[in-house]
Amino acid sequence: MVLDTIQEVHDSLNVAAEKGEDTSWILHHILDSKEIFGLFTLPEIHLFGIDLTITNHVVFMWLAMIILGIIFSKVSRSYKKSLVPKGLTNLMEIFIIFVRDDIVKPTIGKGYEKFLPYLLTVFFFILTCNFLGLIPGGATATSNISVTATLATISFVVIQAGGIMKNGFFGYFKGLMPHGLPTWLLPIMFVVEVLGLFTKPFALAIRLFANMSAGHIVILALLGLIFILKTYFVIPVSIGFALFIYLLEILVALIQAYIFTMLSSLFIGMAVHQDH
Amino acid sequence: MEFAYLAAGFGAALTIIGGAFGIGKLASSAMEASGRQPEAAGDIRTSMIIAAALIEGISLFALVICILLALK
Repeated sequence: MVLDTIQEVHDSLNVAAEKGEDTSWILHHILDSKEIFGLFTLPEIHLFGIDLTITNHVVFMWLAMIILGIIFSKVSRSYKKSLVPKGLTNLMEIFIIFVRDDIVKPTIGKGYEKFLPYLLTVFFFILTCNFLGLIPGGATATSNISVTATLATISFVVIQAGGIMKNGFFGYFKGLMPHGLPTWLLPIMFVVEVLGLFTKPFALAIRLFANMSAGHIVILALLGLIFILKTYFVIPVSIGFALFIYLLEILVALIQAYIFTMLSSLFIGMAVHQDH
Repeated sequence: MEFAYLAAGFGAALTIIGGAFGIGKLASSAMEASGRQPEAAGDIRTSMIIAAALIEGISLFALVICILLALK
């Protein structure tokens, strides 16, 4: 009985290899597309030669924006009534206090209030986009390199603006170099430090993009194994693994939002308080 | 000769070896430190997660390059 199963799986693997099964459907589910939910096509808009069509990921980013807008306008209005939170406000206050006390205050130190709105926004936006992608039929906006590159660029601008406003334009670049260096080392260290200013947000973008895409690709590949092998025996194995990876992905969604916010605030702290 | 797929497979495997080794070492020292001083377990856990995400970021750089190779 077991030998028959093994024989059947072996045969279907050979059949699949001979037919040269096409795996482009995996990419079709990951990448941006002009159809939403596979049902209707979205309108194309071309403005001044730039392609501004409303694609799948754009719709999900708007959805995240609407959800966050509704929740947080309700939360902020309830603070006007009473300082003691109840219900939804209480739930959101847990996250907000977590971001403020465990992420922003330890890393930025004095003067953290100026950067708190941006860091809270980034945390909740990335969290909502990641969770929307986990719903079946949903698309992850943060699995698009353009979206994560934009978030990293905005972080870069906030970091440099914060550092320059606090230390002055030339003072900021002078403060980049570690002190106690022999003079002949200074030009090389300057180039290295300036390059370091650019590589850190780049790493932020790639980390978020790769973590989000990788999870979805693994789930799709495991589930597609059922269709490629065309046997019923692989179904419990495949669905079991896919379920495990799905649960892992929920954890990864939370951790990646936390890491992006934590690293952004760490870089802001390093730029603002340069003498550490 | 389509060696791009083979190269992508090898590249991903080698990268994962390095990343898994690093994170394993990190987790073992975090466990040891938590065992020695259970009050610091919360701080250690936070630092461990940050370091693990940074190491994972590096291994995902290489993974992105392998995906680019395999898609060509």
